[in-house]
Amino acid sequence: MEFGERNACLHEELIMKRIKVLVAKPGLDGHDRGAKVICRALRDAGMEVVYSGLEQTPEQIVNAAIQEDADVIGLSILSGAHRVILPTVTKLLSEKGITDVLVVVGGIIPTDDHLFLKQHGISAIFGPGTPLKNAVEYIRENVSKERIH
Amino acid sequence: MDVQTLIDGLFKGDIISTTRLISIIENDFLKAEEISRRIYPHTGNAHVLGITGPPGVGKSSLVNKLALEWNKKGKNIGIIAVDPSSPYSGGALLGDRIRMREITGIKGIFIRSMATRGSLGGLARATRDAINILDASGVYDAVIVETVGAGQSEVQIMSIAKTVILVLSPGLGDEIQAMKAGTMEIADIFVVNKSDKPEALETVNDLERMLDYEGLNEKAGWQPVVVSTSSTMNTGIDELVTKIEEHQAFLAGMTSEKLHEKRAAMELIDTLITKIENEAIKKAKESPVYNELVKKIVEKKIDPYQAADIILKEYMQLSRQ
Ligand code: B12
Ligand SMILES: Nc1nc2c(ncn2[C@@H]2O[C@H](COP(=O)(O)OP(=O)(O)OP(=O)(O)O)[C@@H](O)[C@H]2O)c(=O)[nH]1
Ligand SMILES: [Mg+2]
Repeated sequence: MEFGERNACLHEELIMKRIKVLVAKPGLDGHDRGAKVICRALRDAGMEVVYSGLEQTPEQIVNAAIQEDADVIGLSILSGAHRVILPTVTKLLSEKGITDVLVVVGGIIPTDDHLFLKQHGISAIFGPGTPLKNAVEYIRENVSKERIH
Repeated sequence: MDVQTLIDGLFKGDIISTTRLISIIENDFLKAEEISRRIYPHTGNAHVLGITGPPGVGKSSLVNKLALEWNKKGKNIGIIAVDPSSPYSGGALLGDRIRMREITGIKGIFIRSMATRGSLGGLARATRDAINILDASGVYDAVIVETVGAGQSEVQIMSIAKTVILVLSPGLGDEIQAMKAGTMEIADIFVVNKSDKPEALETVNDLERMLDYEGLNEKAGWQPVVVSTSSTMNTGIDELVTKIEEHQAFLAGMTSEKLHEKRAAMELIDTLITKIENEAIKKAKESPVYNELVKKIVEKKIDPYQAADIILKEYMQLSRQ
């Protein structure tokens, strides 16, 4: 979009909500390619993506989500520690009374663990090979409608 | 939750209210007005610090160390880190937090990332209001704003921050030359970050020479200073804090109202521009001739200046009625 067009859009942009996503890598896990790929995909889909980087504790993730007023938390985990660390994140969220934030996960999660995670507040899981547009569409459709308006 | 309840929460230091209010002022210019009306009288207590400089010089890393150092001295720090929106998708990748991991979750430190959403000049339209919200909460002793770092068009920060810090790093020789026109004048403190690199001394010398040369060494009674820091080695940070506090004391000692008035005037003009732009474009698009004029421009039957004049005249007539 060129300068003039951007200005022409200014009016709309004065009242505009964009989906804000916090992408974080919980725990000791240096695999960050997937997280970066998903950050870019969400940005290209028009979302505002905060990437908080590696080695985040559940407390840091929840803290950042609150400060950023994120609509969505996207966690990327390939370390195998998902059964422990992901429920800790969702538990902290509910302890803080945050019930309207969508939590999605990607990375290496064996299918055997999917049900367990979904029972613990994870809305959706996107493993290797899932088309990026699936994640984008899922977020668009499932983000809290009240937050978006 | 309605805006008034959130503002009550803000004044009690409630973090959820604070952060929701920032979203509201980002998303809705009209509600921003409603919020501003109530919070504005409570602003002016936090020291607002602007951190600017070319991409990659280490602004975020420096903010991290600075906030940490200040926090150790018992200060509460709010941080607003601005990154550009993509002009194509409208989305944004806000990556400053990556360098602020050390301070994430520390009590008394608040970090908020913000996309420019098409606004030029290194800040978002809502940045000023967001600073005011943090300020009005009464929680924060200082609010640090990290600009986009486009390098050239960073003057806007001057109307917002009380102390402006321009961060540079070694090996920017040519860029320093190119920047002197606009950006150099806005800084109260110059930081040469990455001073762990051997070429840093040279950069400091270049900079000091240029400050002398440009006659920039005198800014309404304040002598701009050069501080060397390294965020990775954690050196020079205490000196930077000292210089900031000296500048803060200098400003507090200024008896003249001029400075405050100048800043207030810039604030007024900025807000006016946003309002006029918004109003004018809205009215233009509502005008019955708008689409017709666009077509005529395409067909080269009229040029954009003439077309704009037609809409403008119509608008002036409307507003006179
Ligand atoms: C590349 C790689 C590395 C690189 C990482 C480089 C980097 N900076 O990322 C290096 C060589 C450093 C590495 C090291 C290790 N690795 Co490795 N690594 C891999 C490998 C081969 C590919 C990972 C990758 O980058 N994929 C490409 C990206 C794009 O895919 P992705 O991350 O899966 O992301 C996609 C989806 O999952 C999803 N997604 C991901 N995150 C998110 C987030 C959200 C919000 C959403 C919506 C979607 C989403 O979208 C992405 C795009 O489709 C995998 C095997 C594999 N096939 O997955 C092993 C693998 C992950 N590694 C493994 C291991 C064990 C290690 C080491 C411990 C090895 C060792 N003993 O030293 C170390 C640990 C390093 C550390 N500090 O954590 C194991 C993990 C086992 C487990 N979890 O039980 C794997 C599975 C290999 C294996 N089969 O054993 N590794
Ligand atoms: N050697 C050295 N590297 C540093 C120092 N400070 C930051 N860096 C590195 O410089 C790179 C950029 O740092 P950032 O803090 O992201 O820089 P920035 O100015 O905020 O970047 P943008 O926000 O993208 O403009 C990172 O790789 C840092 O690790 C320092 O003092 N010394
Ligand atoms: Mg930065």
